[in-house]
Amino acid sequence: MWTRAFLGVSAAALLAFGAQAQNLRIGLQEDPDQLDPDVGRTFVGRIVFQSLCDKLVDITPDLKIVPMLATSWEWSGDGKSLLMKLRTDAKYHDGAPIDAASVKVNLERSMTWKGSRRASELTSIAAVTAVDASTVKIDLKAPDATLMAAFTDRAGMMVSPKPAVEQEDKFALNPVCSGPYKFVERVVQDRMVLEKFKDHWNAKAFAFERVTFLPIPDNSVRLANVQSGDLQLIERVAPTDLKTVRADRRLKLSEAVGLGYQGITVNVGNGERSKTPFGQDPRVRKAFELSIDREALNQVVFEGEFLPGNQPWPPTSPWYVKSVPIPKRDVAAAKALLKEAGLTSIEVEMQAAPAPDDQQVAQVLQSMAAEAGINLKIRTTEFATMLKEQTAGNYQMTRVGWSGRTDPDGNIHTFMTCKGGINDSKFCDPKVDELLNKARTVADVAERQKLYEQAIQILDGQRPIIYLYHGKWFYASRANLEGFVAYPDGIIRLAGVTLK
Amino acid sequence: MGQAGPRAMLTYLARRIAIAIPTLVLVSLFVFTLQLLLPGDPALAMAGEERDPKVIEAIREKYRLNDPIPLQYLAWIGNVLQGDLGISYKTNIPVGTLVLQKLPVTIELGLLAILIAIAIGIPAGVISAVKRGTAWDFGANAVALSGLSVPNFWLGIMMILFFSVYLGVLPASGYESPFVDLKRNLETMIMPAFVLGTGIAAVMMRHTRAAMLGVLNSDYIRTARAKGLAERVVILKHALRNALIPVVTIGALQLGELLAGAVLTEQVFTIPGFGKMIVDAVFNRDYPVVQGVVLCSAVAFVAMNLLADMLYFALNPRLRV
Repeated sequence: MWTRAFLGVSAAALLAFGAQAQNLRIGLQEDPDQLDPDVGRTFVGRIVFQSLCDKLVDITPDLKIVPMLATSWEWSGDGKSLLMKLRTDAKYHDGAPIDAASVKVNLERSMTWKGSRRASELTSIAAVTAVDASTVKIDLKAPDATLMAAFTDRAGMMVSPKPAVEQEDKFALNPVCSGPYKFVERVVQDRMVLEKFKDHWNAKAFAFERVTFLPIPDNSVRLANVQSGDLQLIERVAPTDLKTVRADRRLKLSEAVGLGYQGITVNVGNGERSKTPFGQDPRVRKAFELSIDREALNQVVFEGEFLPGNQPWPPTSPWYVKSVPIPKRDVAAAKALLKEAGLTSIEVEMQAAPAPDDQQVAQVLQSMAAEAGINLKIRTTEFATMLKEQTAGNYQMTRVGWSGRTDPDGNIHTFMTCKGGINDSKFCDPKVDELLNKARTVADVAERQKLYEQAIQILDGQRPIIYLYHGKWFYASRANLEGFVAYPDGIIRLAGVTLK
Repeated sequence: MGQAGPRAMLTYLARRIAIAIPTLVLVSLFVFTLQLLLPGDPALAMAGEERDPKVIEAIREKYRLNDPIPLQYLAWIGNVLQGDLGISYKTNIPVGTLVLQKLPVTIELGLLAILIAIAIGIPAGVISAVKRGTAWDFGANAVALSGLSVPNFWLGIMMILFFSVYLGVLPASGYESPFVDLKRNLETMIMPAFVLGTGIAAVMMRHTRAAMLGVLNSDYIRTARAKGLAERVVILKHALRNALIPVVTIGALQLGELLAGAVLTEQVFTIPGFGKMIVDAVFNRDYPVVQGVVLCSAVAFVAMNLLADMLYFALNPRLRV
């Protein structure tokens, strides 16, 4: 019996060693930009950063904020001061300790360094103080309920202060971070190689010795790589490929509803081109919305795999306002509304990017709207140009979306407040401003939900953005990859992931 | 030949270089102005989804995008003359480094493709000519025609599905340096080189066949046969050697096609070469990379032409006068 037990333990040890020595190869849809969390702007960059740089806090799959480098935090009574306790066993990849002083340098670099693209996420911070080695105090100009969510992403990522400050924009070429894996090499458009950081505070949770990220833009080629076993995990499987993945016993599919939305931005106040019945009369926009069958759209273009929606947050989100449900298609009511607005038919132009999905969505909408007497003209415009024209007001409608943020504020405030940074429809309602400005200062979830409910009810009557659907993150992995969980932010987290 | 030869050659070379310089300046001007016509704005493309006006302004300042266009051009060309091709907007990596990283990959792909094209095209052309009018000839022609008509990307995807997904014998995409792992390098390059090579093989086959047919009817082949030489010797030693001259010329002309084909093939097989770099740079509005790559390609073409001219000069005594 002892022999059997010994053999069992030895086998387990060998297996564990096998898992330890394994490499993981992950296929990404794009090549990231710069590997510095203060500079990076790409989504795929955030996937690499998750393994490379630890954050102050992280999220759970249901969007709860949980400790990472900060073990606990406490808000002052007036909501203008945040006290964070840090782990005492964490180190940067160059061996320097992750202490309060280094967190201060990091946050100040994000806020003030001229190369930083994180400054707008931390505008509420007035001062950062290292109270002692493991306590950071963050004083705010005004209460900001969105700050913790910013710390769950790039603005909360910690890089080693000395090389970051010394090397400035060269830091991205050889980033020295704080995560479970450290940087080895990058060959642009080919690979990013990371290797396990043995001194990481949570090293035991990470099974792989090496992680290689490979940008493979073509969906079919990315899928072929995981089918052939050359990769173990790929992100963003196309909805049209899901049947193949489900039917393949060598593969496993993981999915999560994303944080973002896809919709139509309407020009209701941005220059001359807003001065049409479509831009000025909310009844006409409502008529257009009533002509749309979102479920049919989802079936036709995305094989029913995405999620129809009518708000900045998906129906699965705790912030979704249930009192404003997705309207059913009603062509007769749409025609009646047009008649009420003094119209029998109307022509309206919508710009859409050349990507096949965008074009298909536009065409489905076109045929649906036609039945209600709305002649939707599609103008195909290259994406960056479309955004430029949208900002300049040279549009009637654009088919755009938003990748989404962890905090609900990130999906609505910048678009719907009068001075919002990306308010390209130039919708402006003082009441909505008041509600959304207040919502970003309130920490109590129930109270925030009430504020958003009121704002959504007003917006539903105006429709400066007509929300259509919410995408999902689909991942295909080898069947023997265990422990992988898809998150709503689409980021790949490797803690607890193993290859059996 | 005495002293006149080298001096004449130097004068000739100097004249050719003098012509090459304005060509390169024109190419650089052309690329610089052409990319300004691209829709979209590099600062907007780099600023990310948030489009924070402060970030956009900082990017414009950093990369001097607010300067008047002629000034931007002069600043760029000034740096190029000092050996600095600029820095990629997207990755912050010097363009020179990127070029040195990517060029060998595409050269390797091109060389392998040419080897495959020769290995398929020339024997097929010879067989087709020798067995004219038979099933062999018909078969080789059909294969050549399909090599010309099948699009690279389709053939690429089909090969990936068959060899990687179905048989699981070759990696579907990617690249490994031959100096790190030669086996893996060949495994990753064989499919793309084959895809790229088939189109050229078809052209080579057609030309070899035509040239061989011409040569096989000539008097000296009849004489060789009359001497009682073995048919194998007649075809390979006497006929093919002469037939190959126009084929080699055609092969050289195909080099341009090869670069164009590499753009597509590198996309399908995710090979980090020159072609993929330029496509991605155009999509990202990464102007310094686009300019650098086009300028390097232009320099390479001009240098190749110069080399060809010099060889011609060396081979053709009449030019030395």
